[in-house]
Amino acid sequence: MRYAYFPGCSYHGTGKEYELSTHAVAKKLGMELVTIPDWSCCGATASHGKSHLLNIALPSRNLGIAEGMGIGEVTTGCAACYQQLANANKKMIENEDLRNKVNSITGKPYKGTLKVKSIVEAIGIVDPETIKSQVVKPLTGLKVACYYGCLLVRPPEITGFDDPENPMFIDNIMKLAGAEVLDWAHKTECCGASLGVSNLDVAVRMIDRILAAAVESDADCIAVACPFCHLNLDWHQKSVNRKLGKSYDIPVFYFTELLGLSMGISPDELGFKTHFTDTKKVLSVVG
Amino acid sequence: MESINVNESIVKNADFTEEIGIESGQPVQKCYQCGKCTAGCPLTFAMDYKPNQVIRMVQLGMKDELLKCQTIWICSNCSTCTTRCPCNVEVAEVMGALRIMAGKSGTTPPGKAKYVEVMYDALLGTVERFGRTYEVGLVMQNNLKSGKLFNNADMGMPMFQRGKLKLLPTKVQGAAEVARIFAEVRKMEGGVK
Repeated sequence: MRYAYFPGCSYHGTGKEYELSTHAVAKKLGMELVTIPDWSCCGATASHGKSHLLNIALPSRNLGIAEGMGIGEVTTGCAACYQQLANANKKMIENEDLRNKVNSITGKPYKGTLKVKSIVEAIGIVDPETIKSQVVKPLTGLKVACYYGCLLVRPPEITGFDDPENPMFIDNIMKLAGAEVLDWAHKTECCGASLGVSNLDVAVRMIDRILAAAVESDADCIAVACPFCHLNLDWHQKSVNRKLGKSYDIPVFYFTELLGLSMGISPDELGFKTHFTDTKKVLSVVG
Repeated sequence: MESINVNESIVKNADFTEEIGIESGQPVQKCYQCGKCTAGCPLTFAMDYKPNQVIRMVQLGMKDELLKCQTIWICSNCSTCTTRCPCNVEVAEVMGALRIMAGKSGTTPPGKAKYVEVMYDALLGTVERFGRTYEVGLVMQNNLKSGKLFNNADMGMPMFQRGKLKLLPTKVQGAAEVARIFAEVRKMEGGVK
Protein backbone atom coordinates (compact mmCIF):
# COMPACT_ATOMS: atom_id res chain seq x y z
CA MET A 1 0.00 0.00 0.00
CA ARG A 2 1.25 3.47 -0.91
CA TYR A 3 0.45 6.60 1.05
CA ALA A 4 1.31 10.25 0.68
CA TYR A 5 2.87 10.84 4.08
CA PHE A 6 2.51 13.99 6.18
CA PRO A 7 5.24 14.03 8.88
CA GLY A 8 3.93 16.97 10.96
CA CYS A 9 6.02 19.65 12.66
CA SER A 10 7.12 17.56 15.65
CA TYR A 11 8.63 14.89 13.40
CA HIS A 12 12.25 15.67 14.19
CA GLY A 13 11.63 17.32 17.54
CA THR A 14 9.38 16.15 20.34
CA GLY A 15 7.84 13.40 18.20
CA LYS A 16 11.11 11.95 16.98
CA GLU A 17 10.49 8.38 18.20
CA TYR A 18 7.13 8.32 16.42
CA GLU A 19 8.73 9.26 13.11
CA LEU A 20 11.53 6.71 13.49
CA SER A 21 9.29 3.85 14.55
CA THR A 22 6.56 4.60 12.00
CA HIS A 23 9.00 4.31 9.11
CA ALA A 24 10.65 1.18 10.57
CA VAL A 25 7.30 -0.57 11.03
CA ALA A 26 5.91 0.56 7.65
CA LYS A 27 8.96 -0.96 5.95
CA LYS A 28 8.32 -4.32 7.63
CA LEU A 29 4.69 -4.24 6.53
CA GLY A 30 5.51 -3.34 2.93
CA MET A 31 3.76 -0.01 3.33
CA GLU A 32 5.31 2.77 1.27
CA LEU A 33 5.23 6.22 2.83
CA VAL A 34 6.06 8.93 0.31
CA THR A 35 6.61 12.28 2.06
CA ILE A 36 4.48 15.13 0.70
CA PRO A 37 7.04 17.47 -0.90
CA ASP A 38 7.47 20.83 0.83
CA TRP A 39 4.63 20.14 3.28
CA SER A 40 3.72 22.94 5.68
CA CYS A 41 2.07 23.17 9.10
CA CYS A 42 -1.56 21.98 9.36
CA GLY A 43 -2.42 24.77 11.81
CA ALA A 44 -2.30 22.38 14.77
CA THR A 45 -4.78 23.29 17.49
CA ALA A 46 -4.07 27.02 17.18
CA SER A 47 -5.72 27.99 13.89
CA HIS A 48 -9.03 26.49 15.07
CA GLY A 49 -9.17 29.23 17.67
CA LYS A 50 -8.26 32.07 15.32
CA SER A 51 -10.11 31.77 12.02
CA HIS A 52 -12.29 29.18 10.28
CA LEU A 53 -10.81 30.05 6.92
CA LEU A 54 -7.20 29.81 8.10
CA ASN A 55 -8.05 26.52 9.80
CA ILE A 56 -9.14 25.02 6.47
CA ALA A 57 -6.57 26.77 4.28
CA LEU A 58 -3.42 25.64 6.13
CA PRO A 59 -4.11 21.89 5.82
CA SER A 60 -5.59 22.33 2.32
CA ARG A 61 -2.26 23.55 0.93
CA ASN A 62 -0.88 20.12 1.84
CA LEU A 63 -3.88 18.30 0.40
CA GLY A 64 -3.37 20.24 -2.83
CA ILE A 65 0.26 19.11 -3.05
CA ALA A 66 -0.62 15.54 -2.08
CA GLU A 67 -3.30 15.32 -4.76
CA GLY A 68 -0.66 16.11 -7.35
CA MET A 69 1.34 13.05 -6.24
CA GLY A 70 -1.29 10.77 -7.74
CA ILE A 71 -1.37 8.42 -4.75
CA GLY A 72 -4.94 8.88 -3.56
CA GLU A 73 -4.51 8.37 0.17
CA VAL A 74 -2.79 10.52 2.76
CA THR A 75 -1.60 9.28 6.13
CA THR A 76 0.03 10.89 9.13
CA GLY A 77 1.07 9.81 12.62
CA CYS A 78 0.21 12.89 14.67
CA ALA A 79 -3.40 12.82 15.87
CA ALA A 80 -3.72 16.62 15.63
CA CYS A 81 -2.38 16.72 12.05
CA TYR A 82 -4.70 13.83 11.20
CA GLN A 83 -7.78 15.60 12.51
CA GLN A 84 -6.82 18.87 10.83
CA LEU A 85 -6.24 17.15 7.45
CA ALA A 86 -9.37 15.00 7.74
CA ASN A 87 -11.50 17.98 8.77
CA ALA A 88 -10.25 20.17 5.92
CA ASN A 89 -10.67 17.27 3.49
CA LYS A 90 -14.31 16.75 4.49
CA LYS A 91 -15.19 20.46 4.34
CA MET A 92 -13.36 20.97 1.01
CA ILE A 93 -15.19 18.03 -0.57
CA GLU A 94 -18.62 19.00 0.77
CA ASN A 95 -18.59 22.77 0.35
CA GLU A 96 -17.86 24.07 -3.14
CA ASP A 97 -17.95 27.75 -2.17
CA LEU A 98 -15.44 27.16 0.58
CA ARG A 99 -13.29 25.08 -1.76
CA ASN A 100 -13.16 27.89 -4.32
CA LYS A 101 -12.38 30.47 -1.68
CA VAL A 102 -9.61 28.37 -0.10
CA ASN A 103 -8.14 27.41 -3.46
CA SER A 104 -7.86 31.09 -4.37
CA ILE A 105 -5.47 31.72 -1.46
CA THR A 106 -3.37 28.57 -0.94
CA GLY A 107 -1.50 28.52 -4.24
CA LYS A 108 -2.04 24.74 -4.26
CA PRO A 109 -5.60 24.14 -5.47
CA TYR A 110 -7.26 20.99 -4.16
CA LYS A 111 -10.00 19.25 -6.15
CA GLY A 112 -11.14 17.00 -3.31
CA THR A 113 -10.14 13.51 -4.48
CA LEU A 114 -8.15 12.25 -1.48
CA LYS A 115 -8.82 10.02 1.50
CA VAL A 116 -7.11 10.87 4.78
CA LYS A 117 -6.18 8.11 7.21
CA SER A 118 -4.42 8.13 10.55
CA ILE A 119 -1.38 5.83 10.66
CA VAL A 120 -3.36 3.95 13.34
CA GLU A 121 -6.03 3.16 10.77
CA ALA A 122 -3.51 2.52 7.99
CA ILE A 123 -1.69 -0.11 10.09
CA GLY A 124 -4.91 -1.38 11.66
CA ILE A 125 -6.40 -2.35 8.30
CA VAL A 126 -3.35 -4.36 7.21
CA ASP A 127 -4.20 -8.07 7.03
CA PRO A 128 -3.64 -9.43 10.58
CA GLU A 129 -1.76 -12.40 9.09
CA THR A 130 0.74 -10.00 7.47
CA ILE A 131 1.38 -8.32 10.81
CA LYS A 132 1.63 -11.65 12.63
CA SER A 133 4.12 -12.97 10.11
CA GLN A 134 6.46 -10.10 11.04
CA VAL A 135 6.17 -10.57 14.80
CA VAL A 136 9.29 -12.48 15.77
CA LYS A 137 9.60 -11.28 19.38
CA PRO A 138 6.05 -11.25 20.77
CA LEU A 139 5.52 -8.91 23.73
CA THR A 140 4.36 -11.78 25.91
CA GLY A 141 3.47 -10.73 29.43
CA LEU A 142 3.57 -7.00 28.69
CA LYS A 143 0.46 -5.24 29.98
CA VAL A 144 -0.34 -2.23 27.82
CA ALA A 145 -2.88 0.54 28.46
CA CYS A 146 -3.72 1.80 24.96
CA TYR A 147 -4.40 5.53 25.02
CA TYR A 148 -6.18 7.24 22.11
CA GLY A 149 -6.80 10.73 23.44
CA CYS A 150 -9.19 13.05 21.64
CA LEU A 151 -8.37 13.96 18.09
CA LEU A 152 -7.78 10.48 16.76
CA VAL A 153 -11.37 9.38 17.40
CA ARG A 154 -13.35 12.61 17.77
CA PRO A 155 -15.51 14.10 16.47
CA PRO A 156 -16.74 10.86 14.83
CA GLU A 157 -18.18 12.73 11.82
CA ILE A 158 -14.61 13.64 10.88
CA THR A 159 -12.58 10.67 12.12
CA GLY A 160 -15.05 7.81 12.13
CA PHE A 161 -12.79 4.78 11.72
CA ASP A 162 -13.04 3.63 15.32
CA ASP A 163 -15.51 3.79 18.22
CA PRO A 164 -15.24 7.26 19.83
CA GLU A 165 -15.99 5.96 23.33
CA ASN A 166 -14.20 2.62 23.33
CA PRO A 167 -11.78 2.54 20.41
CA MET A 168 -9.97 -0.74 19.72
CA PHE A 169 -7.61 -0.20 16.76
CA ILE A 170 -4.43 0.24 18.85
CA ASP A 171 -5.57 -2.55 21.21
CA ASN A 172 -5.96 -4.93 18.28
CA ILE A 173 -2.53 -4.01 16.89
CA MET A 174 -0.94 -4.52 20.33
CA LYS A 175 -2.66 -7.91 20.63
CA LEU A 176 -1.15 -8.96 17.30
CA ALA A 177 2.23 -7.88 18.74
CA GLY A 178 1.64 -10.38 21.54
CA ALA A 179 0.92 -7.89 24.34
CA GLU A 180 -1.86 -8.11 26.90
CA VAL A 181 -4.17 -5.11 26.46
CA LEU A 182 -6.07 -3.68 29.38
CA ASP A 183 -9.63 -2.57 29.78
CA TRP A 184 -9.23 0.80 31.46
CA ALA A 185 -11.25 3.94 32.03
CA HIS A 186 -9.27 6.75 30.41
CA LYS A 187 -8.62 5.61 26.85
CA THR A 188 -10.10 8.73 25.32
CA GLU A 189 -9.80 11.30 28.12
CA CYS A 190 -8.05 14.50 27.00
CA CYS A 191 -4.40 14.97 28.13
CA GLY A 192 -4.69 18.77 27.96
CA ALA A 193 -2.74 19.07 24.71
CA SER A 194 -1.23 22.55 24.39
CA LEU A 195 -2.38 23.50 27.90
CA GLY A 196 0.91 21.78 28.83
CA VAL A 197 2.61 24.83 27.30
CA SER A 198 0.14 27.60 28.13
CA ASN A 199 -1.26 26.50 31.51
CA LEU A 200 0.76 23.68 33.03
CA ASP A 201 -1.11 23.89 36.35
CA VAL A 202 -4.29 22.95 34.52
CA ALA A 203 -2.67 20.29 32.34
CA VAL A 204 -1.01 18.41 35.21
CA ARG A 205 -4.41 17.68 36.73
CA MET A 206 -5.60 16.14 33.46
CA ILE A 207 -2.39 14.15 32.98
CA ASP A 208 -2.59 12.94 36.59
CA ARG A 209 -6.04 11.41 36.02
CA ILE A 210 -4.84 9.46 32.99
CA LEU A 211 -1.66 8.19 34.67
CA ALA A 212 -3.63 7.23 37.79
CA ALA A 213 -6.10 5.19 35.73
CA ALA A 214 -3.28 3.42 33.86
CA VAL A 215 -1.47 2.54 37.08
CA GLU A 216 -4.76 1.43 38.66
CA SER A 217 -5.29 -1.00 35.76
CA ASP A 218 -1.86 -2.51 36.52
CA ALA A 219 -0.30 -1.39 33.23
CA ASP A 220 3.42 -1.87 32.56
CA CYS A 221 3.29 0.95 30.05
CA ILE A 222 1.03 3.25 28.05
CA ALA A 223 0.83 3.16 24.23
CA VAL A 224 -0.04 6.45 22.47
CA ALA A 225 -0.51 7.73 18.92
CA CYS A 226 0.11 11.47 19.19
CA PRO A 227 3.26 13.53 19.88
CA PHE A 228 1.36 15.90 22.17
CA CYS A 229 -0.10 13.04 24.22
CA HIS A 230 3.41 11.60 24.42
CA LEU A 231 4.97 14.88 25.52
CA ASN A 232 2.34 15.38 28.20
CA LEU A 233 2.29 11.83 29.54
CA ASP A 234 6.04 11.17 29.22
CA TRP A 235 7.88 14.44 29.84
CA HIS A 236 5.26 16.01 32.10
CA GLN A 237 5.08 12.93 34.31
CA LYS A 238 7.76 14.61 36.38
CA SER A 239 5.79 17.88 36.39
CA VAL A 240 2.82 15.96 37.81
CA ASN A 241 5.06 14.35 40.41
CA ARG A 242 6.56 17.70 41.39
CA LYS A 243 3.39 19.80 41.39
CA LEU A 244 0.94 17.27 42.80
CA GLY A 245 3.21 15.23 45.06
CA LYS A 246 2.87 12.00 43.05
CA SER A 247 5.49 9.39 42.23
CA TYR A 248 4.59 8.08 38.77
CA ASP A 249 7.19 6.12 36.88
CA ILE A 250 5.37 4.49 34.00
CA PRO A 251 6.92 4.33 30.52
CA VAL A 252 4.97 5.87 27.63
CA PHE A 253 5.52 4.58 24.07
CA TYR A 254 4.20 5.28 20.64
CA PHE A 255 2.28 2.17 19.62
CA THR A 256 4.63 1.92 16.63
CA GLU A 257 7.63 1.56 18.96
CA LEU A 258 6.06 -1.43 20.69
CA LEU A 259 4.95 -2.98 17.41
CA GLY A 260 8.47 -2.46 16.05
CA LEU A 261 9.97 -4.11 19.11
CA SER A 262 7.82 -7.18 18.52
CA MET A 263 9.08 -7.24 14.94
CA GLY A 264 12.65 -7.57 16.17
CA ILE A 265 13.69 -4.00 15.33
CA SER A 266 16.35 -2.79 17.78
CA PRO A 267 15.11 -0.49 20.57
CA ASP A 268 17.69 2.15 19.60
CA GLU A 269 16.43 2.24 16.05
CA LEU A 270 12.90 2.80 17.36
CA GLY A 271 13.85 5.67 19.67
CA PHE A 272 13.77 3.98 23.09
CA LYS A 273 16.76 6.03 24.25
CA THR A 274 15.14 9.44 23.88
CA HIS A 275 12.22 9.03 26.27
CA PHE A 276 12.05 10.87 29.59
CA THR A 277 10.56 7.94 31.46
CA ASP A 278 12.54 4.75 31.97
CA THR A 279 12.04 2.39 29.03
CA LYS A 280 14.33 -0.34 30.35
CA LYS A 281 11.56 -1.71 32.54
CA VAL A 282 9.60 -2.72 29.46
CA LEU A 283 12.64 -4.31 27.82
CA SER A 284 13.18 -6.40 30.94
CA VAL A 285 9.58 -7.69 30.79
CA VAL A 286 9.76 -8.70 27.13
CA GLY A 287 13.41 -9.77 27.28
CA MET B 1 -22.23 37.54 38.17
CA GLU B 2 -24.35 40.67 38.16
CA SER B 3 -28.02 40.09 37.67
CA ILE B 4 -29.15 40.72 34.12
CA ASN B 5 -32.53 40.94 32.46
CA VAL B 6 -32.46 38.06 29.99
CA ASN B 7 -35.62 39.20 28.24
CA GLU B 8 -33.70 42.32 27.27
CA SER B 9 -30.49 40.56 26.26
CA ILE B 10 -32.34 38.03 24.10
CA VAL B 11 -33.85 40.87 22.09
CA LYS B 12 -30.82 43.16 22.18
CA ASN B 13 -28.33 40.47 21.15
CA ALA B 14 -30.47 38.36 18.82
CA ASP B 15 -27.89 39.07 16.10
CA PHE B 16 -25.16 37.62 18.27
CA THR B 17 -27.09 34.40 18.90
CA GLU B 18 -27.75 34.06 15.19
CA GLU B 19 -24.16 34.83 14.23
CA ILE B 20 -22.71 32.21 16.59
CA GLY B 21 -25.18 29.69 15.15
CA ILE B 22 -24.05 30.51 11.62
CA GLU B 23 -20.33 30.77 12.35
CA SER B 24 -20.26 27.51 14.29
CA GLY B 25 -22.72 25.84 11.95
CA GLN B 26 -24.56 24.52 15.01
CA PRO B 27 -28.25 24.41 15.94
CA VAL B 28 -27.66 26.07 19.32
CA GLN B 29 -31.38 26.62 19.87
CA LYS B 30 -31.95 22.87 20.05
CA CYS B 31 -30.11 22.55 23.38
CA TYR B 32 -32.51 21.62 26.20
CA GLN B 33 -29.89 21.68 28.98
CA CYS B 34 -29.47 17.98 29.68
CA GLY B 35 -25.94 18.76 30.93
CA LYS B 36 -24.25 15.81 29.28
CA CYS B 37 -21.55 18.07 27.79
CA THR B 38 -20.59 19.34 31.22
CA ALA B 39 -20.74 15.87 32.80
CA GLY B 40 -18.11 14.57 30.37
CA CYS B 41 -15.93 17.68 30.06
CA PRO B 42 -12.41 17.05 31.45
CA LEU B 43 -11.81 20.78 32.02
CA THR B 44 -14.78 21.99 34.06
CA PHE B 45 -12.50 22.43 37.08
CA ALA B 46 -10.69 25.25 35.28
CA MET B 47 -13.74 26.92 33.69
CA ASP B 48 -15.70 29.94 34.90
CA TYR B 49 -18.86 28.87 33.00
CA LYS B 50 -19.58 25.19 32.34
CA PRO B 51 -20.19 24.04 28.74
CA ASN B 52 -23.98 23.70 29.15
CA GLN B 53 -24.06 27.21 30.63
CA VAL B 54 -22.15 28.55 27.64
CA ILE B 55 -24.76 27.15 25.25
CA ARG B 56 -27.59 28.58 27.37
CA MET B 57 -25.84 31.96 27.45
CA VAL B 58 -25.59 31.91 23.65
CA GLN B 59 -29.35 31.28 23.50
CA LEU B 60 -29.91 34.17 25.92
CA GLY B 61 -27.71 36.57 23.97
CA MET B 62 -25.22 37.07 26.80
CA LYS B 63 -22.53 38.32 24.45
CA ASP B 64 -20.45 40.47 26.81
CA GLU B 65 -20.22 37.79 29.49
CA LEU B 66 -19.21 35.14 26.95
CA LEU B 67 -16.61 37.15 25.07
CA LYS B 68 -14.73 37.94 28.26
CA CYS B 69 -14.97 34.55 29.93
CA GLN B 70 -12.12 32.05 30.35
CA THR B 71 -14.03 28.92 29.36
CA ILE B 72 -13.96 29.55 25.62
CA TRP B 73 -10.13 29.59 25.74
CA ILE B 74 -9.60 26.86 28.32
CA CYS B 75 -11.66 24.41 26.22
CA SER B 76 -9.07 22.09 24.66
CA ASN B 77 -11.35 21.21 21.74
CA CYS B 78 -11.32 17.54 22.77
CA SER B 79 -14.91 17.21 21.45
CA THR B 80 -16.19 14.85 24.14
CA CYS B 81 -19.21 17.17 24.41
CA THR B 82 -19.66 17.19 20.64
CA THR B 83 -19.60 13.40 20.50
CA ARG B 84 -22.20 12.95 23.26
CA CYS B 85 -24.73 15.75 22.62
CA PRO B 86 -28.19 14.23 22.08
CA CYS B 87 -29.21 17.29 20.05
CA ASN B 88 -26.18 17.09 17.76
CA VAL B 89 -24.88 20.45 18.89
CA GLU B 90 -21.13 20.37 18.35
CA VAL B 91 -20.34 22.28 21.53
CA ALA B 92 -16.61 22.47 20.72
CA GLU B 93 -17.47 24.25 17.45
CA VAL B 94 -19.56 26.78 19.39
CA MET B 95 -16.61 27.35 21.73
CA GLY B 96 -14.41 27.84 18.64
CA ALA B 97 -16.78 30.40 17.11
CA LEU B 98 -16.88 32.31 20.42
CA ARG B 99 -13.10 32.19 20.67
CA ILE B 100 -12.70 33.60 17.17
CA MET B 101 -15.23 36.36 17.89
CA ALA B 102 -13.52 37.20 21.19
CA GLY B 103 -10.12 37.29 19.48
CA LYS B 104 -11.40 39.69 16.84
CA SER B 105 -12.96 41.93 19.47
CA GLY B 106 -9.40 42.72 20.54
CA THR B 107 -9.92 42.39 24.29
CA THR B 108 -7.26 40.51 26.23
CA PRO B 109 -8.73 37.29 27.63
CA PRO B 110 -8.76 37.21 31.45
CA GLY B 111 -6.68 35.03 33.78
CA LYS B 112 -5.46 31.71 32.43
CA ALA B 113 -7.22 32.35 29.13
CA LYS B 114 -4.66 35.00 28.23
CA TYR B 115 -1.91 32.38 28.12
CA VAL B 116 -3.88 30.25 25.68
CA GLU B 117 -4.24 33.13 23.24
CA VAL B 118 -0.55 34.00 23.63
CA MET B 119 0.37 30.39 22.82
CA TYR B 120 -1.86 30.30 19.72
CA ASP B 121 -0.29 33.52 18.47
CA ALA B 122 3.24 32.30 19.21
CA LEU B 123 2.62 29.05 17.31
CA LEU B 124 0.94 30.68 14.33
CA GLY B 125 3.65 33.36 14.29
CA THR B 126 6.29 30.70 13.64
CA VAL B 127 4.11 29.09 10.96
CA GLU B 128 3.58 32.40 9.17
CA ARG B 129 7.33 33.02 9.17
CA PHE B 130 8.76 29.59 8.42
CA GLY B 131 5.82 27.59 7.05
CA ARG B 132 6.11 25.10 9.91
CA THR B 133 5.88 25.21 13.67
CA TYR B 134 9.29 25.94 15.15
CA GLU B 135 9.13 24.44 18.64
CA VAL B 136 12.02 26.40 20.19
CA GLY B 137 10.81 29.71 18.76
CA LEU B 138 7.28 28.91 19.88
CA VAL B 139 8.30 28.38 23.52
CA MET B 140 10.54 31.47 23.52
CA GLN B 141 7.84 33.70 22.02
CA ASN B 142 5.26 32.20 24.35
CA ASN B 143 7.38 32.92 27.43
CA LEU B 144 8.24 36.45 26.39
CA LYS B 145 4.64 37.41 25.64
CA SER B 146 3.11 35.64 28.65
CA GLY B 147 5.72 37.05 31.03
CA LYS B 148 6.33 33.49 32.31
CA LEU B 149 9.98 33.57 31.29
CA PHE B 150 11.02 30.25 32.76
CA ASN B 151 7.93 28.33 31.70
CA ASN B 152 9.14 24.91 30.48
CA ALA B 153 12.76 26.13 30.77
CA ASP B 154 13.65 22.85 32.49
CA MET B 155 12.84 21.08 29.22
CA GLY B 156 15.70 22.64 27.27
CA MET B 157 18.69 20.56 28.34
CA PRO B 158 16.96 17.15 28.56
CA MET B 159 15.40 17.77 25.12
CA PHE B 160 18.76 18.81 23.69
CA GLN B 161 20.51 15.76 25.13
CA ARG B 162 17.97 13.53 23.41
CA GLY B 163 18.35 15.27 20.06
CA LYS B 164 14.75 16.49 20.28
CA LEU B 165 15.54 20.15 20.27
CA LYS B 166 16.23 21.70 16.92
CA LEU B 167 17.88 25.03 17.57
CA LEU B 168 17.24 26.43 14.12
CA PRO B 169 13.92 26.49 12.31
CA THR B 170 13.29 24.54 9.11
CA LYS B 171 11.94 26.88 6.48
CA VAL B 172 9.79 25.31 3.80
CA GLN B 173 10.40 26.37 0.20
CA GLY B 174 6.83 27.53 -0.03
CA ALA B 175 7.07 29.66 3.12
CA ALA B 176 6.05 32.73 1.11
CA GLU B 177 2.97 30.82 -0.04
CA VAL B 178 2.06 30.06 3.58
CA ALA B 179 2.63 33.69 4.56
CA ARG B 180 0.32 34.69 1.73
CA ILE B 181 -2.43 32.46 3.17
CA PHE B 182 -2.21 34.43 6.43
CA ALA B 183 -2.22 37.76 4.56
CA GLU B 184 -5.23 36.81 2.44
CA VAL B 185 -7.21 35.53 5.43
CA ARG B 186 -6.45 38.78 7.24
CA LYS B 187 -7.69 40.72 4.23
CA MET B 188 -10.88 38.67 3.98
CA GLU B 189 -11.69 38.27 7.65
CA GLY B 190 -9.47 40.48 9.75
CA GLY B 191 -8.54 39.32 13.19
CA VAL B 192 -5.60 36.95 12.64
CA LYS B 193 -2.91 38.77 14.55
